[in-house]
Amino acid sequence: MSTLVIKDLHVEIEGKQILKGVNLSINTSEIHAIMGPNGTGKSTLASAIMGHPKYEVTQGTIELDGEDVLAMEVDERARAGLFLAMQYPSEISGVTNADFMRSAMNARREEGNEVSLMKFIRELDSKMETLAMDQDMAQRYLNEGFSGGEKKRNEILQMMMIKPTFAVLDEIDSGLDIDALKVVSEGINQMKGENFGCLIITHYQRLLNYITPDHVHVMMQGRVVKSGGPELAHKLEAEGYDWIKAELGIEDETVGQEA
Amino acid sequence: MTVETKLTMTEQDVRSFSALHSEPEAFTDLRVQALAAAEALPLPKPDKTKIINWNFTDFPAHTVDSSTYESLNELPEQVKSIVDLEQKNLYIQHNNTPAYISLDKNLEQQGVILTDIQTAIREHSDLVAKYFMTEAVKAEEHKLTALHAALLNGGVFLYVPKNVVIEKPVQAVFLHDNEEASLFNHALIVADKSSSVTYVENYISTVPQAKGQANIVSEVFAEDNASVTYGAVDVLAEGFTTYVNRRGVAQRDARIEWALGMMNDSNTISDNTTFLIGDNSVGDTKTVVVGRGTQKQNFTTQVIHWGKNSDGQILKHGVMKDSASSIFNGIGKIEHGATKANAEQESRVLMLSPKARGDANPILLIDEDDVTAGHAASVGRVDPVQLYYLMSRGITKQEAERLVIHGFLAPVVNVLPIEGVKKQLTEVIERKVR
Ligand SMILES: Nc1ncnc2c1ncn2[C@@H]1O[C@H](COP(=O)(O)OP(=O)(O)O)[C@@H](O)[C@H]1O
Ligand SMILES: [Mg+2]
Repeated sequence: MSTLVIKDLHVEIEGKQILKGVNLSINTSEIHAIMGPNGTGKSTLASAIMGHPKYEVTQGTIELDGEDVLAMEVDERARAGLFLAMQYPSEISGVTNADFMRSAMNARREEGNEVSLMKFIRELDSKMETLAMDQDMAQRYLNEGFSGGEKKRNEILQMMMIKPTFAVLDEIDSGLDIDALKVVSEGINQMKGENFGCLIITHYQRLLNYITPDHVHVMMQGRVVKSGGPELAHKLEAEGYDWIKAELGIEDETVGQEA
Repeated sequence: MTVETKLTMTEQDVRSFSALHSEPEAFTDLRVQALAAAEALPLPKPDKTKIINWNFTDFPAHTVDSSTYESLNELPEQVKSIVDLEQKNLYIQHNNTPAYISLDKNLEQQGVILTDIQTAIREHSDLVAKYFMTEAVKAEEHKLTALHAALLNGGVFLYVPKNVVIEKPVQAVFLHDNEEASLFNHALIVADKSSSVTYVENYISTVPQAKGQANIVSEVFAEDNASVTYGAVDVLAEGFTTYVNRRGVAQRDARIEWALGMMNDSNTISDNTTFLIGDNSVGDTKTVVVGRGTQKQNFTTQVIHWGKNSDGQILKHGVMKDSASSIFNGIGKIEHGATKANAEQESRVLMLSPKARGDANPILLIDEDDVTAGHAASVGRVDPVQLYYLMSRGITKQEAERLVIHGFLAPVVNVLPIEGVKKQLTEVIERKVR
């Protein structure tokens, strides 16, 4: 079993404090969901875990099986087992999706032990089929000209090819129609198992109809303010966030405000 | 200060060179007049690059003798790797010596001509007289075009008759392996009405240093409804002062596409101009560049619209490292009467080091109301967010940068029609950006 432990995480962006002490612990075989209104720091948490250059950790720790994640470069974090499906993936012109994914897979292998082209293509084809992606997407330039939904599927495709230990999925459901939501969920569910842990960031309960989380957390003002089981997501869907705000005496849930 | 331009070649030298090649009198006269004019004519004035102190006139030898090749097996490895050994339409020039030529028998029967330029001057004087430095590039334009005409010592001639479609690319390889050599090469390509051809040329130095001049002119003519695709990969050694002028003239419904990989290690002035004379003509220019060391370069790409409904596209992507500097001038010019013309351009420069310099100047000159035009230009570093994205998949920073750079230069690599040349350009890019 692997564990990702986040303790007292404080994060700034361009001098502005966004995360103000996040605590979270995720084991493999668990699915966690983080919910919360816009502007509460969810993407900031995801970016800090992966090591986005603009986000500065000012306090706290992130450990993967006791290893200091914050001391690692972005690529080292990835090779250590972390993956982030980004809310806004970059577009890279001139680099085909297939070449990119092969580079990503080979980055985890010794020189001379690269994944064989045939094996790679077979695997890519079958995963693209699961995600109902056009075969020609493999030869298109990475995310260039992809629709919102295509980008989301492509993030999940990368996750399925790379097979990380922990995946953070940042609003993977935003902008997806119901069919797309189903195939993306199917992809995520295929990953489930004792060697995989997942942190799903969303503000809709809808995705959680297809993927049942073990733990649900609510983020406000740059902190996890409430945690519970799957029933918490249902309650949020039915009643919104106001009851939590009332319970905790929060007026404005975004990070600009002090509790 | 102006450099003394005492020319090393006299009129007598030019006359004897011309006689040695049994050139027709008219061509000898053209050379002699050009030589006389060269002395007084000014240098060209590439926008934003001062070349007044560049040395375009000194060279150790006008011509050097080099070996010819009986078969492709005799080619040096570096050349072998860029030619398709099954290649039937091939010209190889070894320094100044026409070293190998072959043309598909079928094409020959259809009237296609592929020869070295000296043979063309002798044996196809009517075509040469019609097209050679008459319309696209003129000898009296400036000192360098005049010198080119006077001192021409190599090149290739390709003629495609009416309605002939050449499926396989025609390739010309200019091998430079003698540091004394100078290249006054001229490529003359004529695609008659409704014909079609892809021409790919390679300039390749296998010696690290050059002492001579590279003064290269290409003229491409696409007559009505003809189509010419012109690919080039230039990898000339440091030490040359390179002037390369590639121009095309497209008549009605004709199409000229350029894919230029400009990978010289020498200081280089490049002019690439397409004249869209005929209605519905199309000019598409793609150029990629890598500059390194202390290289200074200027790439001026122009598309000039005369024809109605003509379409001109310019794409230029340059990577600059070390303390290399480059100017990228892109000019879309629409003349009065060229209604419904469309002029688009995109110039992007990627800087890999703080000392590198790059300047993208998109210019639109429009003398007609009923047209469309647009441009995009940018100069910057590799986007750290792109690197983050790639690295977040486990790819090292170095490899991520490599991917972004190759992607940035892919527009030309991808359209080169010969596998070996595509691979060569990829490898040259690899070597230059490392
Ligand atoms: N690049 C940035 N510069 C300044 N503030 C930012 C930047 N990115 C995000 N923020 C601020 O950080 C807060 C949290 O953003 P984010 O983590 O994206 O929230 P969420 O993902 O929960 O919607 C917001 O108030 C937002 O305005
Ligand atoms: Mg977000």
